[in-house]
Amino acid sequence: MIDENTVRHVARLARLRLEPEEEKVMQEELSGILEHIDAIRSMDLDGVPPTTHVLALENVLRADVPRPSLPREEALREADDVVDESFGVPRMD
Amino acid sequence: MALRDLTAAEQVAALQAGETTSLELVDAHLAAVEADDVEAFLAIDGDGARERARAIDAMPERPPLAGVPIAIKDALSTRDIVTTSGSRMLEGFRPVYTATCVQRLQDAGAIVVGKTNMDEFAMGSSTENSAYKNTLNPWDHQRVPGGSSGGSAASVAQRQVPWSLGSDTGGSIRQPAALCGIVGMKPTYGAISRYGLIAFASSLDQVGPFARTVEDAALLLRHMVGRDPMDSTSLDWPGGITLPTATDLAGLRVGVVEELMGEGIEPGVRVAVDSSLKAIEDLGATVVPVSLPSALSGLATYYVLAPAECSSNLARFDGIRYGHPVPADNLLDQYEMTRGQLFGPEVKRRIMLGTFALASGYYDQYYGRAQRVRTLIVREFEAAFEDVDLLASPTSPTVAFPLGDRTADPYAMYLADVCTIPVSLAGLPAISIPCGLSEGLPVGLQLAGPAFSENRLLDSAHALEKALAFDTRPPGLVT
Repeated sequence: MIDENTVRHVARLARLRLEPEEEKVMQEELSGILEHIDAIRSMDLDGVPPTTHVLALENVLRADVPRPSLPREEALREADDVVDESFGVPRMD
Repeated sequence: MALRDLTAAEQVAALQAGETTSLELVDAHLAAVEADDVEAFLAIDGDGARERARAIDAMPERPPLAGVPIAIKDALSTRDIVTTSGSRMLEGFRPVYTATCVQRLQDAGAIVVGKTNMDEFAMGSSTENSAYKNTLNPWDHQRVPGGSSGGSAASVAQRQVPWSLGSDTGGSIRQPAALCGIVGMKPTYGAISRYGLIAFASSLDQVGPFARTVEDAALLLRHMVGRDPMDSTSLDWPGGITLPTATDLAGLRVGVVEELMGEGIEPGVRVAVDSSLKAIEDLGATVVPVSLPSALSGLATYYVLAPAECSSNLARFDGIRYGHPVPADNLLDQYEMTRGQLFGPEVKRRIMLGTFALASGYYDQYYGRAQRVRTLIVREFEAAFEDVDLLASPTSPTVAFPLGDRTADPYAMYLADVCTIPVSLAGLPAISIPCGLSEGLPVGLQLAGPAFSENRLLDSAHALEKALAFDTRPPGLVT
């Protein structure tokens, strides 16, 4: 069971504004899901290392040579607010 | 026979033989795409498709895929077509580049006719989490097509296209393939570049094909696998994908996963799977029971790891570089309001769950433990494949369920992926093929193999498909 304050704290961390009614539903639903997930908390995992990757992959790296990057106007094409050839954002308080 | 009844391989052959043109094929399929009786499409590119068909028809020599139409899950970026990943957050978004896998198919002569509906950001098992609409199951319009790649599955079952692309994180190709009575494959993690796939859970996400035959799935896979400098987890694929030819399963050992044949599996699904196991034996294979003791812990493990990864991946959606922000006076308010209003309920649930599992004070209990359970699951598959060549199980514990049936209970929806998730956690290849009907609805059989066993998996599935002779045409479908 997670409490209301935890829901608010996690929502803040996740940058999600939840309406008061949503917070209540979220608290119930997350608690319900965590009840099922809690099964892994009682498993015997002594000496079992965490998985870092499932296959022994080798990173694919491209050749280290300069190449053209995305043109500025293309990078800005989908932005809602473009100011002086940059992404516009509201002030940070 | 109508053009839409031809498999993709048959369409390629007809084009190479000069019996039809790409434009004729594209027009025949576009008529069904535009009618969209099962609401499979979010965007249609009729003009672009016809233009590319004409260009291919004018080539002195046809490329390998010859001008055959295809549909693409809306999670894959397409430069020329709006890409939303089923979310309001990306309404109207036009990507600046095309996903590598789509580009490779286009270079090989496939023609994209449109983008298919999906659960928002690929989170769901019924496509009901799409911010735009519900897709209907071609076998019964009152039922879900499965998900999250429900539009891609339905479009192939409905014969709007001969094949399509989906993405599979915990079962999002295999489960809708099962529910729609078609073939769906998730290859080994790293087989296909994820560049241009809008990320959900990066350690699990894989692109894969839907088709009505195993041969078509192999043909599509063949043109997508291989290393891509834009995806550091993509792999070389020496030898390539071969088209399946096997007619029997002589000498093969097939393990039946006991944990995935018990409680929670619908009786009708079990009956269909049992009869396909009998067919596997009749084809010359030995069928033995196999135990994967941690398989059923896969679901809980997945619902820690996938949300944790998604909470990080979806941090990029803030309405600033793309999308449309909800205006506010300061930046933090704008972030929170935009994300609070434009993400749907399931996406918010998973972001919350994942943020919780990664938060200070909970990390070791949830994320840390889940990563260790994942190791157990990986090891159990490794041990199983020392004894058997393939593992068999149902793909989905149930047939297609009615629309609205599970939307009020998130965990009931999560259970739809109980059979597909363990394979995903281990990064292994698996294919779902239709193996029979229960209550008039398709049942899928999942075959999984060791990493990089795609060719054997496809060959075995092909031999079994011929023996089962499942009719993929939904009742009443007129082509």
